[in-house]
Amino acid sequence: MDTATPAVTAALHDGSAVVAESSRVDARRHGELLLPAVDRVLAEAGVKLDAVTGVVVGVGPGPYTGLRVGLVTATTFASALGVPVHGVCTLDGLAYAAGLDEPFVVATDARRKEVYWARYENARTRVSDAAVDRPADIAEQVAALPAVGAGALLYPQTFPDARGPEHVSAGALAALAAERLAAGEDFLDPLPLYLRRPDAQVPKNYKVVTPR
Amino acid sequence: MADEPLVLGIETSCDETGVGIVRGTTLLADAVASSVDTHARFGGVVPEIASRAHLEAMVPTIERALKEAGVSARDLDGIAVTAGPGLAGALLVGVSAAKAYAYALGKPLYGVNHLASHICVDQLEHGPLPEPTMALLVSGGHSSLLLAPDITADVRPMGATIDDAAGEAFDKIARVLNLGFPGGPVIDRLAKEGDPAAIAFPRGLSGAKDPAYDFSFSGLKTAVARWIEAKRAAGEEVPVRDVAASFQEAVVDVLTRKAVRACTDEGVDHLMIGGGVAANSRLRALAEERCERAGLRLRVPRPKLCTDNGAMVAALGAEMVARNRPASDWELSADSSLPVTDPHVPGNHGHGSDHDHVHEISKDNLYS
Ligand SMILES: [Zn+2]
Repeated sequence: MDTATPAVTAALHDGSAVVAESSRVDARRHGELLLPAVDRVLAEAGVKLDAVTGVVVGVGPGPYTGLRVGLVTATTFASALGVPVHGVCTLDGLAYAAGLDEPFVVATDARRKEVYWARYENARTRVSDAAVDRPADIAEQVAALPAVGAGALLYPQTFPDARGPEHVSAGALAALAAERLAAGEDFLDPLPLYLRRPDAQVPKNYKVVTPR
Repeated sequence: MADEPLVLGIETSCDETGVGIVRGTTLLADAVASSVDTHARFGGVVPEIASRAHLEAMVPTIERALKEAGVSARDLDGIAVTAGPGLAGALLVGVSAAKAYAYALGKPLYGVNHLASHICVDQLEHGPLPEPTMALLVSGGHSSLLLAPDITADVRPMGATIDDAAGEAFDKIARVLNLGFPGGPVIDRLAKEGDPAAIAFPRGLSGAKDPAYDFSFSGLKTAVARWIEAKRAAGEEVPVRDVAASFQEAVVDVLTRKAVRACTDEGVDHLMIGGGVAANSRLRALAEERCERAGLRLRVPRPKLCTDNGAMVAALGAEMVARNRPASDWELSADSSLPVTDPHVPGNHGHGSDHDHVHEISKDNLYS
């Protein structure tokens, strides 16, 4: 599952192929949509959650509030079921889905006029750490490279060769993780790639639990 | 009694990650991870920092609570969670965790109200709540007088603060006196060595024409700050203990006077006090005194159950199960401004059948 982009996406993978998948794009309702998506996927596959032997979750980067929904859901599933949870960089999932066999860039929307981005040698190989920047500030580094993701499509001046997929799909994320599992590769901890420090501002009514 | 509902409750509305487990009205576990120290240097709770801390503490705190209670997750009869009110991002972590846990275990989910939970927690201390219960909830986030004929279905607001919460006033005065955050405990401690009658600070909304049960602490806060500044400007030493005692007296005088009056007016013979400020020793003492004089029985849970915790959520969840209230559905959302009149958030799938519906889905998930 992944909630690091506006897509709320869940998929079931049996080790060789995606069995079922559900994706809905709604940047403000990750919390409401994720569990029903999981339920739909399992129902479609005719499988109960306790048959699952591992949980794969996108760790971002992505807007934090939505991102945390996927991570806490994945870690809680893992705890309840007694199965491992594998963190995968969300940009890697997008790169894998793009399937390009040449150098390219993945960029998602980081809001505040910035993008989360990384460079790839090919669909499976990231060659830079995920970063958050203003598009204009990285124009030189990404010039002339094909670019994938909503962040690229949003800023055509920086990414003239922008294309889909726009958002990550859990199917691609799971397929990539299945390859990595088979190859015995390591995964990331199920913790968000925040990339930005928290806004350390105390709002005026800082404990806003006073009923009106 | 083994047939009482066994419920796990999750609370993440502010800066405490709380997971509690109760059986009926018996407390089995109360695990809390607090991020309060991280917030201290900002002088208040920073929402993004709280949300980050909740995510990291969530699973370890659930596992700690289960271990502490000595029960297996499979034996739970339900999972309850604070659906609101509170900080939106913080609530969302708890709600998402509760949904995942309930779904994975095939248990019904109960999204419940934070304020009703603060009241219901007293069942763990003093047994079943009298009906109706009058409750005074005071903390950094709330100052409310609530009348609860049925804590699972009928909670009525009698009055609330029109500006700052009582706990917020403690924090702000502590900041003016350079005493750090949170302000409640340190002011309570210093006040014990001061004279509560040394300075006559104003009692907000206490006039004959003022609303009988509403509170206001903003004017008091300004008056105290001005008094301190005037002393400093005159080059005089600020009598910190007397200021603390006089300020605290002004707060608890208004709180207890209005709460006792509400009980008398409504013919309720019990007063329950909850929320973090209920840990204040002077509030407890004065409430005790005035309740006795008015012939009321006072119910105040131990301090650890007054501050935000998961046990209070579990207590209300257990009551929902015991009274056969409909469960929430998987679309349950965090509602930062959930009205106090909604003790829980039942599912949308028709009337009365929600509970069975969730049971049906759940049964099909796991361990059936
Ligand atoms: Zn509270």
